[in-house]
Amino acid sequence: MAWNEPGGNNQDPWGGRGGDQGPPDLDEVVRKMQDKFSGLFGGRKGGRSSGGGNAGTFGISLIVAIALLVWLASGVYIIDPAERGVVLRFGKNYTTVGEGPHWHIPYPVEQVLTVNVDQLRPAQHRAQMLTADENLIQIALSVQYQVKNAEDYLFNVKEPDVTLKEATESALREVVGSKKLDDILSETGGREVLVNETAANIQDLLDRYKTGLRVSKVNLESAQPPQEVQAAFDDAIKAREDEDRFKKQAEAYERDIIPKAEGDAERLIQESEAYKQQVTEKALGETSRFLQTLAEYKKAPAVTRKRIYLDTMEDVLSSTSKVMIKMDQGNSIMYLPLDQFLGNKNRSVTGSSTSSRPEDFNVGGGATTSRQQADALRLREGR
Amino acid sequence: MNALKMPLLIVVALLAFLGWNSVFVVDERQLAIKFQLGEIVRSEFEPGFYFKFPFVNNVQKFDRRVLTLDSQPEQILTGEKKNVLVDYFVKWRISNIESFYRAFGGREMDAASRLAQTIKDGLQAELGNRTIKEVVSGDRVQIMANVTNNVDSKMGQFGIQVVDVRIKQIELPANVASSVFERMRAERERIAKEHRAKGEKEARIIRARADRERTEILAGARRKAEEIRGAGDAKATETYAKAYGSDADFYEFYRSMEAYRNTFDSKDDVLVLEPDSEFFEYFVNAGGSR
Repeated sequence: MAWNEPGGNNQDPWGGRGGDQGPPDLDEVVRKMQDKFSGLFGGRKGGRSSGGGNAGTFGISLIVAIALLVWLASGVYIIDPAERGVVLRFGKNYTTVGEGPHWHIPYPVEQVLTVNVDQLRPAQHRAQMLTADENLIQIALSVQYQVKNAEDYLFNVKEPDVTLKEATESALREVVGSKKLDDILSETGGREVLVNETAANIQDLLDRYKTGLRVSKVNLESAQPPQEVQAAFDDAIKAREDEDRFKKQAEAYERDIIPKAEGDAERLIQESEAYKQQVTEKALGETSRFLQTLAEYKKAPAVTRKRIYLDTMEDVLSSTSKVMIKMDQGNSIMYLPLDQFLGNKNRSVTGSSTSSRPEDFNVGGGATTSRQQADALRLREGR
Repeated sequence: MNALKMPLLIVVALLAFLGWNSVFVVDERQLAIKFQLGEIVRSEFEPGFYFKFPFVNNVQKFDRRVLTLDSQPEQILTGEKKNVLVDYFVKWRISNIESFYRAFGGREMDAASRLAQTIKDGLQAELGNRTIKEVVSGDRVQIMANVTNNVDSKMGQFGIQVVDVRIKQIELPANVASSVFERMRAERERIAKEHRAKGEKEARIIRARADRERTEILAGARRKAEEIRGAGDAKATETYAKAYGSDADFYEFYRSMEAYRNTFDSKDDVLVLEPDSEFFEYFVNAGGSR
């Protein structure tokens, strides 16, 4: 024991009881105290009342005994299940105790430092930092940690909890500084890698400093581009969706026109089939009619021919307008008002919808009139 | 006996006072130096309980644990002659209490400022021939290790062990930061344009293919349709030729009649006639021949 190592001086408060860790023998201590102080206090009181010497001594002893008991009782302590108690004897790490009630030699000999080793302690870090490709990224990270070794936690590093925060910041920046922005932001595992590397890095630092802390969980709460460029990032994401949208729209166009074209193609086929059927049937019909007529014609050709001719001319002339001219002398000049004939037609077509003033057809038919006059002229010359 | 009591009291009090002043406790977390009349007589103390002579010896205690120096960010010039703000912390401990005491008179503040100055010099030496990019990413770990070793070797003589120098933040100068934002924006713009153009490209390809397919489908159908029409026409022509060929003369006549009938079928058709055709044979002369 360190406190009784350097001998030679008789100031050891336990009177040479030394390494005995049990509670000191109360009787012996009280007796010693009495030896020392009885003369002092008892004698003073005894001076005033000569018969009270013994009673005074007893009173003093009682007070001292109670004081001693209180002092000894102050060494009782209880350790929670979540805690460890580190006992220091004269400042030296003596032992570590677990849950339950305990007693230690009261101050100033021993003292107990309790550390909660189960509690998950939180730490957070939120900052803007540089990535490997010199972009800035806004990261919020939370760390949960606990004490894994109470003695290391107490004795090795001043302010271990502050150390954890510093280690977190440094480790996070180091890891982020080694990664590209897009790798961190990508959905495919970039965040997980970041978290794992940061956690390992923090733990490495904590172990190097022997803080007695263990990182139990690192959580990347957010990783996003800084506010200043957020709009550009949003637009880039939108662009990715636009790319898809453009493609989908084109595919929609494809799905729309191809079936329609196929329908149109089928229509062309069907129409041509219809035409084919139509012309063949027509040919069959017409030729059948012709052949039948021919058969009859052959029986009386002259009469039939004449009949057909006259029938036809009758039909033709009865359904058309006609002008009969007897042309004996080939040079007679004659004016045929063809515009009048055609005017009749025009009037019959347009008369119902527009006014029937004579100017209308004069104006409207101006050009045709001269042409039709020329037609009439040509007719005459050809004759 | 009563006369002896007063001095006894004084003696006991004195003894107690001396006793209290002749012991000291070194905590697990502490280092101690024992002086004798201002001279260091002992500096190696394990945690525990020790004696000293009152007034002759006095004891000064220091922290045995790893300490943190978290100083103000330092302006450091990089290889490109740009100032960056480097925020760092140092983990250090007193390795030799005697040297430490002699160097700084036991004032931890003095030690910290000396440490900070040494680290600043070390950082300047490391950053001075590196670019910002190298500082930020590639060489960060190397820089920290170098500065730690460098500073540790320099501070060893002062009884200080530098456990670790860790860079926290490297802050870019304001104008560099704004150009970083510009670059980031431009980069995103590039990505956005690329995506949109790629989408547009694929869309155009799909549309072009679709248009082509449509044209091909229709062209194929038209060809087939013409073939079918041709077959129809051929069949019809064959039919006509076979029938009409049996009497070409009559066909000519017959077909002419039909054509006249179809051609002149409206009051709008004006016929200017001379009454000398076969039809008008009897029109001017009941006897027939003209």
